[in-house]
Amino acid sequence: MSFDWPTALPLIFAGLMGLAILIYVILDGFDLGIGILFAMAEDTEQDTMIAAIGPFWDANETWLVLAVGLLLVAFPLAHGVILTALYLPAFVLLVGLILRGVAFDFRAKVPAGKKHRWNRIFFLGSVIASLAQGYMLGVYVLGLDVGLGGMAFGALVALCLAAAYAAMGAAWVIYKTEGELQKKAVRWLRTALVLTALGMAAVSLATPFASPRIFERWFVWPEMLYLSPLPILSALLFLWLWRQTFHLPKPDDRHSLMPFLTLAAIFALGFAGLAWSFYPYVVPDKLTIWQAASATESLAIILAGTVVVLPIIIFYSFYAYRVFGGKATDLTYD
Amino acid sequence: MDPLILSRMQFGANISFHILFPTITIALGWVLLFFKLRYNATNDSAWMRAYFTWVKVFALSFAMGVVSGVTMSFQFGTNWPGYMEHVGNIAGPLLAYEILTAFFLEAAFLGIMLFGFRRVSNRVHTLATVLVAGGTTVSAFWIIALNSWMQTPAGFEMRDGVAHAVDWWAIVFNPSMPYRLVHMLLASGLTVSFLIAGLSALRYLKGDRSESMWKALRTGVFTAAILIPIQILAGDQHGLNTLEHQPQKIAAMEANWNTGPNVPLVLFALPDEAAKENRFEVAIPDGASLILRHSTDGVVPGLNDYPGNHPPVFPLFWSFRIMVGTGLLMLAVSWSAAFFLKRRHALPKPLAMLMVPMALSGWLATLAGWYTTEIGRQPWLVTGVLKTADAVGPVAGSHVALTLAIYLILYVLLLIAYLGVLVHLALKAAKDGDTSPLPGVMKAALSQPAAGE
Repeated sequence: MSFDWPTALPLIFAGLMGLAILIYVILDGFDLGIGILFAMAEDTEQDTMIAAIGPFWDANETWLVLAVGLLLVAFPLAHGVILTALYLPAFVLLVGLILRGVAFDFRAKVPAGKKHRWNRIFFLGSVIASLAQGYMLGVYVLGLDVGLGGMAFGALVALCLAAAYAAMGAAWVIYKTEGELQKKAVRWLRTALVLTALGMAAVSLATPFASPRIFERWFVWPEMLYLSPLPILSALLFLWLWRQTFHLPKPDDRHSLMPFLTLAAIFALGFAGLAWSFYPYVVPDKLTIWQAASATESLAIILAGTVVVLPIIIFYSFYAYRVFGGKATDLTYD
Repeated sequence: MDPLILSRMQFGANISFHILFPTITIALGWVLLFFKLRYNATNDSAWMRAYFTWVKVFALSFAMGVVSGVTMSFQFGTNWPGYMEHVGNIAGPLLAYEILTAFFLEAAFLGIMLFGFRRVSNRVHTLATVLVAGGTTVSAFWIIALNSWMQTPAGFEMRDGVAHAVDWWAIVFNPSMPYRLVHMLLASGLTVSFLIAGLSALRYLKGDRSESMWKALRTGVFTAAILIPIQILAGDQHGLNTLEHQPQKIAAMEANWNTGPNVPLVLFALPDEAAKENRFEVAIPDGASLILRHSTDGVVPGLNDYPGNHPPVFPLFWSFRIMVGTGLLMLAVSWSAAFFLKRRHALPKPLAMLMVPMALSGWLATLAGWYTTEIGRQPWLVTGVLKTADAVGPVAGSHVALTLAIYLILYVLLLIAYLGVLVHLALKAAKDGDTSPLPGVMKAALSQPAAGE
């Protein structure tokens, strides 16, 4: 088979978009999660938690802009279909992101008496944004079904994703803090893990029944065999991480980044499962990636830029994370 | 209600709210770099205090710009799917390049700029400031390229109702792009210089005579005084460019109903589109011909040449006059302030009091200018290629009305909070003067103490 650009480019862009979404979910996942956990923290702890994400959240959210941007520029037809169908949840997501994004800055800059108000807004915005993302994902999985069943399924995924983000947030707090707050975060992580596991199990059980297409996709021999490592590996990682929460924090703060990396791996596995269920559709059952793609010349010119720039972006993102490595106690966000 | 007009109002509300903040961050990044370079050169910690006061404004404005920008990236799909369907092959790559070359750069190095002062070397911190300022400007470059392409499209061909790129150079550097880019960058510079001058004037009125206040005040006033005549010249050139490529927009801006020579410059009027005439007109004879054609009997295009294919006259006529009027006021205020600072080393109180509200004059002029050029493109979304009415999505009017109402409430509240914080920061800086604490870190080794500590 010869290499054929019109066939390959939409595939490459689907991969890039998937990568952007995965990175977004992992990175903004932890800072949204910290927003969700905000309600359970004391005043001074809240400041430390903000310091743990302050230098990063802008860049984290940019991955969402890239993901939506890639959908917009590489699959313009799908962008229109998906976002008009999800008009209201997308709006709720945006309101949540606006509120929490500005609360970061306002809470540090307003007169002391008004800080509490912005803390609450930060918490609310984070919860709203997480739930809206989960809901959109759920409705999308069912092929943009906005009937009663679709809404119920969306609500289920919303709760599951919020719990998963909370777990990510707790894992990040374990990595970036020490002392009492770190111990508290270990307990948060344990609770959030249980909720996430329950949610994931419920979603996994409901998905094949809610969507006959995915059912066919999942339970066909021999694909079932190739797919089986995904759920098995995820379950093992879950169990292992849950047991680890009884031993954290360890002396000399060993393995403090481990919970976060484990969760990121679980997210990646879950994401691979989702991608498998949809391929080759970008709008489930309606538009394949080839039907929705932009013209080949336009994709080529974006790809040329992406190939050059994306490695640079990843390089300096790592650099930024390294500059602010270590514990967050000595940072102030003002 | 009609989803088309509601969607237009919603897009207008979102983009108006959004543009306020990039207008600040584009130029403020460079001003911060200036403060930083002065500090590097003089080791005077007052420059660094000015830097830290204004970097807070930058951070807050940046956050407001990011969240409202995320909203923008969703708007195309939620309300205007026809836009990407028809011109996605052109708009897509331009937007993609904006995200790839600008957004990440700004977002990643903003963290270092805000919190990294004691964590990286001074050189790297200066470099981070350069990269953030550069990122905001590159971002402006791409978005202005796309906007200008929608005004004066070039370098493409239509196949089956879909635009395909033919010549990317012609697309990016389309006929109106260089003019619009210069006009917008200068507008950003003026917005920021008036903002700095205005808030510093507030500190001045509160009795603050600290070095950091003087440095910020002088920077704001002198930058404004230098930029405003350049902007007036650039605006004039931009207008001549519009006359060449979008004459119907000029006709509406001047409320000129009939093509002909010796067209007067209308200073005040209530244009009546139904009767095709101006009511209560006050005009300078031959003025428009003179400005646009540099001759009293120069022929100026009139609306009669574009029946049913010209933008609405009333909003264009007035938004253009608001922009020009604000610009002239800026000229008067910045030159008098510059005079007093240079000769008397003081500000008269009335002038300082006028400068405080003038802190927002850049916003007013920028918004009025954008309304002029954007409404002036109607009824087209992409001139001659795609009508606005053909791009709107299938979402129900009631949904759009609901989201529009909530956006408006949210934006008003955020704007109040934002302005409140600006005033609060200025008053706090006025109280602390030169004793304001420089950002310190408690446990980490100071990689670089600010000079004078």
